[in-house]
Amino acid sequence: MDNTEKKQRQVVFWPGNKVVAEAAVAAGCRFFAGYPITPSSEIAHVMSKRLPEMGGKFIQMEDEIAAMGAIIGASLTGQRVMTATSGPGFSLKQENIGFASFIEAPCVIVNVMRGGPSTGLPTALGQADVMQARWGTHGDRPVIALTPSYLDELYNEVIRAFNLAEMLRMPVFLLIDEVLGHLSERVEIPDPSEYELVERPRPTVSPEEYYPYDSSQGDVPPMADYFTGYRWHTTGLNHDKTGFPTTDPVICQAEEERMERKVSGNLELIEKYEEYMTEDAEIGVVAFGTTARAALVAVADARKKGIKAGLLRPVTLWPFPEKPTRRLGQRIKAMIVPEANLGQMIYEVERVAGCNGPVVGVNKIGGVPIYPGEILTRIEEFA
Amino acid sequence: MSDHFEARFAAVGGQGILLAGDIIAEAAISFEGKYAVDSPTYTAQVRGGPTKVDVIINTKRIEFTRTTAIDFMLCLAQKSWDRFGFDLKDNCTVLIDPSLVHEVDEEKYKVYRLPIIELTKTKMKKMVYTSAVSLGAMAGLTNYLNPESIRKALLKKAPRGTEEPNMQAFDIGFEAVKDLRHG
Repeated sequence: MDNTEKKQRQVVFWPGNKVVAEAAVAAGCRFFAGYPITPSSEIAHVMSKRLPEMGGKFIQMEDEIAAMGAIIGASLTGQRVMTATSGPGFSLKQENIGFASFIEAPCVIVNVMRGGPSTGLPTALGQADVMQARWGTHGDRPVIALTPSYLDELYNEVIRAFNLAEMLRMPVFLLIDEVLGHLSERVEIPDPSEYELVERPRPTVSPEEYYPYDSSQGDVPPMADYFTGYRWHTTGLNHDKTGFPTTDPVICQAEEERMERKVSGNLELIEKYEEYMTEDAEIGVVAFGTTARAALVAVADARKKGIKAGLLRPVTLWPFPEKPTRRLGQRIKAMIVPEANLGQMIYEVERVAGCNGPVVGVNKIGGVPIYPGEILTRIEEFA
Repeated sequence: MSDHFEARFAAVGGQGILLAGDIIAEAAISFEGKYAVDSPTYTAQVRGGPTKVDVIINTKRIEFTRTTAIDFMLCLAQKSWDRFGFDLKDNCTVLIDPSLVHEVDEEKYKVYRLPIIELTKTKMKKMVYTSAVSLGAMAGLTNYLNPESIRKALLKKAPRGTEEPNMQAFDIGFEAVKDLRHG
């Protein structure tokens, strides 16, 4: 065998939540604060063991709000940070998520989605936080949410979440569901030589010349670590380049637009999706997370019956993959959108697909996944 | 032999049955080069609630991870049967402890009765070996995986110092089903 072959990958059989934790450690995460909540608790459990081993810190906070606050503080000191929760905790974190977005603190927030509103179905799956991820905190701010479907993809997406957070100085969501969090499957762990860990931009000027929100440095201004001699101010009020509050409407508008551009100007970096048999598809299916695995089986089964179905699977859910959705939507007879909620992503599909035919959901809640047969039935209705 | 196999282990939280699923999956992946997924289900109350673990094994990568046609089911509680006794193939091999499960559909399934709890209690003295006895019984009743693969996986997963009693428990289960007839 050729010596330049990539290194032998470690093959493991881990549950999804352990994959998240181990990938976070591999991605350089050395600070985790959290409050345990099913079905995400195993992430905190593994981190509580792994981080001390790596010289990092694990803190179980008094609640989800405090956990979000703790990771923001640690991020300001230059750490790569993460918290993990489920829907109810994600709701509690929203105010601080807005704060992290506005002070531009890199952080990764994992939401292992469960069923139902409120306490709902703690141990069962749901995919009903699609819109919470996008609009859960008040005000305009850019959002990135990653929704992998497989555990080896999950490992890589965790690493990508950290890199995007650091590169763009912003919170990044990893939106998975209970099925993926608890599922164990074969995972090939990539060798560290196979991926890059990207650092946040840091100042090259002296502390005296430093401004924390200096847009002349680009849309992602360099961020100085606290306690390194660079003194700078963070506030949830609208602020100018010094970090101190301002009500100047011109600066407020320019700064919020700059923040928005961090995502809209870097789509090629952020967007990720997979297409399966879409080239000649007449019926389009759009699905994410574990529902996309059922959708893939449904599409394959439809093909066996001579129906030209195709699947678009967003791996990055926010920003929504508009171009491929439109490309698919404009040439098909109908678009099927299965999701484990009462219809959330379908609004985005309807908005961008430009589909001449109907856009219809396959919606199932109550903690049981959508079966391939249920999607196939819908495909057949419109074939 | 079919290239697809589904197994369900159902009990109540605290009996440690979720581990059995991991071991079966490990046996398929590490010792037979197959693909496997396992998914646990439990209720919010960790101990005492009905719990199960589903394992799917295939020679190819598994896309849909939910069971739809179960080949083998072990059940150690009536309430777990009542809640999880579905998605079973018509001729599914069902292994129950008759002291804990009283009502199953005898017409549809091949039902085997083995006093797993009693066996574990009298021969192993410790209930933590319930899973190992159950795995041995499963190995004896099904032929999708080589019993030796399951044994090796159990050995690999057993906490250090418990290898020997786990092997002994496995063998007790394996031997006990040898002359067992269903019905």
